[in-house]
Amino acid sequence: MNWSWDVIIDYFPRLLDGVWVTLELVFLSGLFGLLLAVPLALMRASPNRWLRILPFGYIFFFRGTPLLVQIFLIYYGSSQFDAVRESALWPILKEPYWCAIIAFTLNTAAYSAELIRGAIQAIPKGELEAADAFGMSKALKIRRIVLPRAFGIVLPAYGNELILMLKSSSLASTITLLDITGAARTIIARTYTPLEIFFAAGMLYLVISAIMIGGFRLLERRLNRHQHYRGPDEVAKVDPRLAE
Amino acid sequence: MDLLGFGDLLLSGTWVTIKLALTSLLFGLLFGLLGAAAKLSPIKPLRMLATLYTTLIRGIPELLLVLTIYFGGSMVLMAIAEQFGYTEYIEISAFAAGVAALSIAFGAYATEVFRAAIQAIPKGQWESAQALGMTPLKTFFRIILPQVWRLALPGLGNLFQVLLKDTALVSVVGLNDLMRQAYVATGSTKQPFTFYMAAALIYLGLTVLSTLTTTWLERTADPAARGGAA
Repeated sequence: MNWSWDVIIDYFPRLLDGVWVTLELVFLSGLFGLLLAVPLALMRASPNRWLRILPFGYIFFFRGTPLLVQIFLIYYGSSQFDAVRESALWPILKEPYWCAIIAFTLNTAAYSAELIRGAIQAIPKGELEAADAFGMSKALKIRRIVLPRAFGIVLPAYGNELILMLKSSSLASTITLLDITGAARTIIARTYTPLEIFFAAGMLYLVISAIMIGGFRLLERRLNRHQHYRGPDEVAKVDPRLAE
Repeated sequence: MDLLGFGDLLLSGTWVTIKLALTSLLFGLLFGLLGAAAKLSPIKPLRMLATLYTTLIRGIPELLLVLTIYFGGSMVLMAIAEQFGYTEYIEISAFAAGVAALSIAFGAYATEVFRAAIQAIPKGQWESAQALGMTPLKTFFRIILPQVWRLALPGLGNLFQVLLKDTALVSVVGLNDLMRQAYVATGSTKQPFTFYMAAALIYLGLTVLSTLTTTWLERTADPAARGGAA
């Protein structure tokens, strides 16, 4: 066995093309997933019992089955029904790219909804009562108090979920998408150097997740800056000018 | 749900999935314990090795791990065998590659679970065991490990759920597991939705079963929750 760096260097641009596809998949499905997860989480945390039960089946299914099955169900499964094939949705559902995004979105929304529900329930009761005391309407309370607070609380956990999503996005390669893993597989089919190329692909994933972890840490510091606040005495110890 | 006579095929795949999950669990627990022991060891190179293991494995996709071991593993094995004068072709079975990949991934996460559980046990217990004349190894197996089990169970239960769902990835390299058999049935019936849905429901049943088992194990491991005589 001889390790060849040349093959990594030669095909690195192709892998970088894959990085864009991976980032697109993670970003788009993360965004859509969050948009779907917030109402689901509000329903799950609602005092109304029927509203609470409604998203349960959806969340249960998507958290209890493998993502690969979900992708195949949407990509291959949708073609079974003539009604789907003749519908206006077909141009979207026949594209592996959009099927991957739909599957990832539904999957991450189920996980994120539970995370956000936990965060909503972790908001100190006094803050909600204070909002009521100010005479805020339900909608205003959710917009001004519940969601911003829940967002700060959920951030570290959501960061983890996004890293898991990044890793899951490699499954898109099973439905012919050329993300990092998909690009690596096509390169290997030509060069037969699995160790070198998979190593390079793995390093790319590591770098992306390291950047994401760093980014989330910064965002958390900013959003939860009240928790990092230090009194003037302590600040003065760091730099006397700051306490003035 | 009409499975058109493919029910047995799905069941045989389910059995392979269960075997794969349990075998990987066994090796994964072993890797996790070794990893945790290395992370808490006083020897610095061991600690660094364990940190490298957990950061590396937790940062790369499981699918990539499966593919690397399946396609790259035989190359590595052949290179090693060559050193001993064996030059025949060595092929890794999909099952072996699956067990290797899934247990390495499980072990990386389990390392953290075990480490946290071991650290949660008060230092006084180590000291009193030492006062009784136990060696560190004996203390670990007789005093610490039985308690680690109880503390680590909830975390390990979650990890097993992830492992169970990740077994589907091994179908990508051709293992005849549930996912693969659903694909085979789809090929001859042209009813992908029916069979992938059937597979999804079987997976759902398996994850529910594993949740119930974990809850039951947690109860038996914790005398206080059982309400037994203390």
